[in-house]
Amino acid sequence: MDLHVIGPLATPAERAAVDAILGPAESGWRGGVRDTGIDGHVARGGHAARSRRDLLIPALHAIQSRIGWISQPALNYVCKRLTVPPAEAWGVATFYALFATSARPPVVAHVCDDLACRLAGSDDLCADLERTMGLAGVPDHDGERTWLRSPCLGVCERAPAAMITIAGTVPQATVAAPVDAAGIAARIGPDGGGRTEHRDHPVPQAGQPGLRLLARIGVVDPTSLDAYLASGGFRALERARAIGPQQVIDEVTAANLVGRGGAAFPTGRKWAAVAAQPALPHYLVCNADESEPGTFKDRVLMEGDPFAVVEAMAIEAFAVGATKAYLYIRGEYPLAEARIADAIARSRDAGLLGDLDIELRRGAGAYICGEETALFESIEGKRGEPRNKPPFPVEVGLFGKPTAVNNVETLVNVLQIVGIDGGAAAYRAIGTDGSTGPKLFCVSGNVTNAGVYEVEFGVTLGQLLAMAGGVPGGRTLKAVLLGGAAGVFVGPEALDTPLTFEATRAIGATLGSGVVLVFDETADMAGALTRIARFFRDESCGQCVPCRVGTVRQEELLARLASGAAAAHGRRDDELALLRELGQVMRDASICGLGQTASSAIESALRRPEMVAL
Amino acid sequence: MSGDGLSMDRDPAGVANVPHAGEPPAAQPLTDILLRPAARPSRIPQPPARPEPALVEITIDGSPVSVPAGSTILEACRAEGIDTPTLCYLENLTPVNVCRVCVVEVTGSRVLVPACSRRVEAGMEVQTDSDRVRLSRRMVMELLGSSVDLSTAPAAAGYIERYEADPERYGPPARTAAPGERDAHEAGHHHPPATDAAETVLQPVKVDNELYIRDYSKCILCYKCVEACGEDAQNTFAIAVAGRGFDARISTESAVPLPDSACVYCGNCIGVCPTGALMFKSEFEMRGAGTWDESAQTVTETICPYCGVGCVLELHVQDNTIVTVTSPLDSSVTEGHLCVKGRFGFQFVQNRGPRQG
Repeated sequence: MDLHVIGPLATPAERAAVDAILGPAESGWRGGVRDTGIDGHVARGGHAARSRRDLLIPALHAIQSRIGWISQPALNYVCKRLTVPPAEAWGVATFYALFATSARPPVVAHVCDDLACRLAGSDDLCADLERTMGLAGVPDHDGERTWLRSPCLGVCERAPAAMITIAGTVPQATVAAPVDAAGIAARIGPDGGGRTEHRDHPVPQAGQPGLRLLARIGVVDPTSLDAYLASGGFRALERARAIGPQQVIDEVTAANLVGRGGAAFPTGRKWAAVAAQPALPHYLVCNADESEPGTFKDRVLMEGDPFAVVEAMAIEAFAVGATKAYLYIRGEYPLAEARIADAIARSRDAGLLGDLDIELRRGAGAYICGEETALFESIEGKRGEPRNKPPFPVEVGLFGKPTAVNNVETLVNVLQIVGIDGGAAAYRAIGTDGSTGPKLFCVSGNVTNAGVYEVEFGVTLGQLLAMAGGVPGGRTLKAVLLGGAAGVFVGPEALDTPLTFEATRAIGATLGSGVVLVFDETADMAGALTRIARFFRDESCGQCVPCRVGTVRQEELLARLASGAAAAHGRRDDELALLRELGQVMRDASICGLGQTASSAIESALRRPEMVAL
Repeated sequence: MSGDGLSMDRDPAGVANVPHAGEPPAAQPLTDILLRPAARPSRIPQPPARPEPALVEITIDGSPVSVPAGSTILEACRAEGIDTPTLCYLENLTPVNVCRVCVVEVTGSRVLVPACSRRVEAGMEVQTDSDRVRLSRRMVMELLGSSVDLSTAPAAAGYIERYEADPERYGPPARTAAPGERDAHEAGHHHPPATDAAETVLQPVKVDNELYIRDYSKCILCYKCVEACGEDAQNTFAIAVAGRGFDARISTESAVPLPDSACVYCGNCIGVCPTGALMFKSEFEMRGAGTWDESAQTVTETICPYCGVGCVLELHVQDNTIVTVTSPLDSSVTEGHLCVKGRFGFQFVQNRGPRQG
């Protein structure tokens, strides 16, 4: 490959940001100071440099958070350091929404206008910001700050929310919620930098007896390893090491634990498949790229009980024979990221992780990277484009090696199973025959007490909403979105439905990632559907035709329905027929789950005139 | 001629092997000595025979078929004479299976599978023309036809007709983007859609060098040019897919013009482009002037005169003038790929002016 790099040199600040991640440049060939003696004879780099390709996204993060955007010279410097062709690096940088490839002010408010925040008035909030600060993306008069609309930030229980990023030598990222236009202006104003505040834990059940997954949240100091150990922490890992990897896998299999990320795949079977692979090394990936609109349970676990996530990863790594693990966390979770980084470091320093190396990787604003193979691509330093399956990750995963990938909530469940003798049997007794164990639900929208709730599988939707205090203000329930933007809208008739995989499947719905987003009679359903269509149009990776163009056509179609243009031309029935055909080609022919579910929620709502009249 | 008998068969008259008993050795003519093989082992070592691939039994559209293990469904269909549409597939590139027009139904699979990359498995039941398959293929062609200019993509026009796709039903095309507008789109943000027009990728043609043009209004994002520029042929990596979703596009670094990019003008991207988005400037100008006429063109196969590799060239000639140069995909030397000299270095052939000097 001929590494053709043109243009001016990166600024000292840009170089310093990159060097902080990659170390100083090795030679003049790699972007450092040219040494006429050595560099005239020896070219370093080659395979050694290319093998660090996976550091491309961390290096881009470094520039973004130091400067506020990624200039061409800065990108070129990264390319020289890592021997990445500039066109490929440009392709990666332009893929992720949190990377700016044109000049952007250092202070940015990313204002969520997604489903839960809409119900909490984010449209008014954005209108206020347009009045006071100007249009989204336009820098203020001194070029120091701007605001942008953002998809779901995963703080739905405190909507409306905004993430403030401040680029500089000490970059800052904080989430403010609930927040109004004045609050955003204060935080991004000249004196607002550095203000960090973290609200109470969003777990209304905190401290109640009988909690399993949420037992420590709001009770045990999440920043203290001693407190975690005192509350029984790392005993499950100790027991796992005593009983051996095969027994761990057998117990997880016997417990009937299935994945909590949305696909509900049996966890034990996944681990057994990876453990049995002859190819080495085996990798473990914890999928903490929780980006499904309305989902925030993994954030709550990572913020409130980070050592549990680390311990569960250590158990899984032991079981599947991995000594290298990655935790891929979405870029919009600064507090969870800090807590997890701290927990990894403290556990490692205390010698609790043995030979396991856990590396934390931050996403950069791409819902698609929650898809497991897109996540691998992203860790490898590439565009988050899902791979075709088969082969499946248990055979060919991260860096082409057998990989076990699990969601945060799934992992935390493992502690319940492996933690005590007979844990598997006790775990299997929880819930129903088809859905075992405790389950976290993210309840938000028009409810009195939004937050993460832990229940046993089998609790009905109505019981869960009652726990959350029901619809406020004496209003009536209109719809519940189960499973997020990729899920299904159900009406009040589903209140008696048990929240299990089998019962929701029976009514044509899904539990997905545990989203229970409540819409009352005053909610703007047409607006919600339009937002979902916009979400998928923005988040499609663009690889396959059905999803790349289908999500655009779906959004246009909804715009025609919502504006009355379809009805005015007497084309409403044609449009609905077209929507069904779009839904079918996306479901049948898209590469990954994003396209396959992009029409699910919209179609489910449009089937019910009483829910949304378009 | 079999390899094992090579040394014997070379001597048709058997002269070397018949002893001339009782006769004094006559002076041998020089030609005999030259023709006679030198003393050497009678058997030339051969590479070990490659085992025939095992056959796998599958059914395609209800008919039982035996295909070599490791074949793709597409290969199996082609062997059976079933015409499967493809756009992003090319024999000499790694399948990326992104266009999804080749999808087929496989019993037991929740979704349709791409024929071009899925390998056959014993007992697989494949439907190539079910209602689901036809709907997906029709919709893929509608989605492409409504967003991309397919006027120079004859295969696509055929598929649109075959599957009765109706790209018009999404509304008239939205306005053509301004120069550079689509290159500047940022991931995760887009303008609200129009209610009276269908978004497209239409944009001005990029004409920034003398050899080829890039008309991304015609790009279906099949990734072939990226593959040919990178790992599958040229190893130059001058272009990649940039942006996300509908704003994804083929781009040089920072969308700079080609002369500023890493492009070496091998033109292999033109060779694999299925829609005419990448085109010789000569062809582009003739089309603009209305003089391009494929029916009036002849194709002459020859060998590239520049170096010793011996690349096969196909000279496309109209009115006694070379208009484009290609290389056959099945050429063992080029596999369809050329370098800048073979692809573009033909002007001297038609330099008909008075000899200089």
